[in-house]
Amino acid sequence: MHDVTGHSWDAGKAALPAWSLPKDAVDRIALPGHWPERVTRDWALGGSTGEGVRVCILDSGVDASHPLVGELESAVVISIGEDEEIVADEDTEGDVSGHGTACAGIVRRLAPDSKISSVRVLGSSFTGSGAVLLGGLRYAIEQGFDVINMSLSTTKKPFAGILHELADSAYFKRAVLVASAHNMPVESYPWRFSSVISVGSHEEPDPLDFYYNPSPPVEFFGRGVNVEVPWVGGRTLTVSGNSFATPHMSSICALILSKHPELTPFQLKSVLYLTATNVGGGT
Amino acid sequence: MTDQPDLRAAVAAGVVGSEESFRALLSAIVEVARSIFGAKASSILLLDEETEELVFEAVVGEGEDTLLGTRFPAGTGIAGWVLATRTPLVIEDVHNDPRFASDVAEGSGYVPKGLMAAPLLHDEGALGVLSVLDRPEQTLFSLQEMELLGLFANQAAIAVDLLLKAREAQRLLGGDDGSELEVVARLAKAVAALEDERREAGLRLLDHLAKTLGA
Repeated sequence: MHDVTGHSWDAGKAALPAWSLPKDAVDRIALPGHWPERVTRDWALGGSTGEGVRVCILDSGVDASHPLVGELESAVVISIGEDEEIVADEDTEGDVSGHGTACAGIVRRLAPDSKISSVRVLGSSFTGSGAVLLGGLRYAIEQGFDVINMSLSTTKKPFAGILHELADSAYFKRAVLVASAHNMPVESYPWRFSSVISVGSHEEPDPLDFYYNPSPPVEFFGRGVNVEVPWVGGRTLTVSGNSFATPHMSSICALILSKHPELTPFQLKSVLYLTATNVGGGT
Repeated sequence: MTDQPDLRAAVAAGVVGSEESFRALLSAIVEVARSIFGAKASSILLLDEETEELVFEAVVGEGEDTLLGTRFPAGTGIAGWVLATRTPLVIEDVHNDPRFASDVAEGSGYVPKGLMAAPLLHDEGALGVLSVLDRPEQTLFSLQEMELLGLFANQAAIAVDLLLKAREAQRLLGGDDGSELEVVARLAKAVAALEDERREAGLRLLDHLAKTLGA
């Protein structure tokens, strides 16, 4: 396990390949799947239930006893050890605010057969929460989750560089990082990085409606207003905010990856663009 | 005590501001926030970094008699989530469950049915949380309201930053380790109160004093 601020990510350790394509090697990069002449939403996610896709909720924990959430694949709480190492203990506390449960409920509703895991990065202590957030993200990437839902951000600039490195590392490891955009005029991360899928809110009621934004840094808008969600204590609430639009996009990513597990994050983003409601998905 | 920005803050606070006036500013902000959204209550919570608690610094409407000064742990609850993630949140239809939002209403007997909460962000720090409780039940929430809440939170964050600076100034001026600075604030206040010519003379005198001290 790496420490929180370590830069010993695997990019520098791998034997350096030749980043070129000799004439007789084109077959080696043949795509594993068939890319259709026209990418439609039906091709992308029609009939998908998210089966086989592992979704991580990086948040306040998840209350698995809520009937609208159900069984989790795993649940850990992140802390930082005495030697600055990342510690991931089994999380028996559940959800310390309710937000993570809401996110998990949205994913369960839209991608019911996906495997949901909780990585809790909130609640143990307020001080040092930035380091725990970084540690949790690093842990989630190492666990090989297909989709990491990150409905939170940090305003601390010293963390931006490490977060950027982690976001890029997730991108090349095929872990899709779906991050909530900030809807206040402040600098925060990681949603501003181009290697993540950044999400703002739209007001439409269809949970599978999503829009491509031609004026980034926010790249997509998901359903984020007046959404019914499970909450701690067995309750159901109506909630709004970009942090709820994010699990909608995570779910859509899970549906697509379930049907097309060969897609890289770049290809997934391309499919999202082509099937966005305001591009080719509205027809 | 050689830190220039702190000294300037101390002098400025001695001249222009008191804890009471900044508290009045925070109260005005929550009052306007409540009025704009047609809500039953509004509050500002500040983070006490030493104890890792959130403290009610301004409350208007339901609970204002009991909540001011109330504390609860900063790492949990809805306000805790908003603070830790620097992310605004809107929650409605709470069905009067008393377990809901103990961070909002503990001890007041008032249990809100919904809340909007936004972090108070200044520079890289999260200073606290602005909450608006119980908008009118018949209106659905819209994104415009979220933006408005964000604007109010920014204004509140600036006021809170001033309040915190004023408190630091008070600590420097009146505390055991900083009372020697009290004379600086008295001087600044006295010069500020002088009329035209005497004021100019006073400023010249302070200038000479500064040069004598090598400042």
